[in-house]
Order: sequence, then structure tokens, then C-alpha cells
Amino acid sequence: MIRVVYLGKLADIAGKPESQFGASDGELDWPDLVEVLRNHVNPAISEAVEDSRTRVAVNGELLADKTYLVAKHGDEVALLPPVSGG
Amino acid sequence: MRSRYFPPSLAADPVPMRDIRLLDQMFLPGTLIGPFTNANPGLGGVCTFVGEVRFDDGVEALELTHYEPLTLPGMHALADRAFARFTLMGLLMVHRVGMMRPGEPIVCVSAAALHRRDAIDAVDFCMDHLKSAAWFWKREKRAGEWHWIEPREQDHSDLARWQG
Repeated sequence: MIRVVYLGKLADIAGKPESQFGASDGELDWPDLVEVLRNHVNPAISEAVEDSRTRVAVNGELLADKTYLVAKHGDEVALLPPVSGG
Repeated sequence: MRSRYFPPSLAADPVPMRDIRLLDQMFLPGTLIGPFTNANPGLGGVCTFVGEVRFDDGVEALELTHYEPLTLPGMHALADRAFARFTLMGLLMVHRVGMMRPGEPIVCVSAAALHRRDAIDAVDFCMDHLKSAAWFWKREKRAGEWHWIEPREQDHSDLARWQG
């Protein structure tokens, strides 16, 4: 399973703090994730993560370009909306 | 008989003192600043900023969420940059997460240095970066309803002061 964590207002949009997804071939790339979110969570969350300001981290490492995402079994994918600061 | 005298500079720890923390309970900045100052013997100046939750009209509570794998490492990376940019003896950076009420402290940054300019500028630098680039998400409760706080343009212009 791949754990997807929703931060900030993305948790409100998703209606939960996190989800677990399986991937039939063991890997989830960016188009897969957007589709899984649309079909298994809701369309609003898939639109929100496609916002250019939404960043993605895998196992605590920030991706320079989220469209290069490749998540594997056991990974934690964090969806990070723009920060409001401390 | 001659008294033995050890100059304080030889007794001082040459390793910069760093105390970076996320706290999920209310804290009293005064209880951190005293020990921090004492941990930097021989300092020429110490500068401290304490931020508190403002009494904005109608705000009942403020909640800060963070993401463990990014937030604390991000604060350490910011401290690294402050040490690289300014000549510091010590740096204290403490940030609250969780639920807070107006008037409660939310952040405390304190820098110790031989010279005041390094201490003052390091605190200013850390605060501008914490306000705009640190991994925190804020929402506030007004009239019983939670509202997410969007990034402010001012925070980005504050950050631009340190670029170039």
C-alpha cells in the first residue's frame, strides 16, 4: 500500500487526513495518483493537487517536479498546499 | 602565591549552540531565554523575538499544523543558513504547533553573537523565513468556524529582502 497524507486545507477537501492506495503493478506515478484521487476520494482533491502551488514529498523528500512522482509500496506521499507561514 | 586565572574564552564551548524545537504545548519564552543566554558565555549581545497570537477581531483560536518529516528538518536547514550567513555563537528557534489562544506565544527566536548586528539580523532573517517558507499551515476560528489562512503577499516581499 501507498500512504497519501493530506496537509493543511487539502485534508478538509479530501475529508480525511490520509488515504491508503494499492497499485496493481506496485507503482503509482503522477497521472495514476491524480486519477485515483478523482475516482476514490473526490474530484475536488484531484483538482487541488494539480494546482501548480501544491508540492509533493515522498518519504520526507520534496520533489522538484511532482509530475516525476514514482511511489512504491510502503512509501508515504505528502500533498502540500502553499504554506501560510509560522 | 599567584592566583590561577582562566580566561572565559578558553572555557567557552567552541561549538555553536543550537536549540531548535517544535512544541505542542504552551511555553513561557522567559524560561528558554535565560538558559540560552547562560549557555553562551562571552557573548557580546543577544537578540530575542517573541511572536504571540494576535487579538484580531473575532479570532477565538489559531491552529498550526505541520508535517513531521519536513517541518523540523526545514527549521534545522534554516538554522544552517543563519549560521552560514551571520557570525553567531548560538541560535534558539522554538515554534508552537497545535491549538493556541490569542495572547499565547507562537514563536521564539533568539540569537547570541559577539556583535549586535549579527544577533539582530539573524533573528530578523529567521523570522522572515519562518513566516513565509516554513512548513506550517494555519487556520483560525472565528464565530465557531475554522478558516484556512492563505499565504500573504507581504510574507513574500519580506523574504525578498534577503535575496540577491
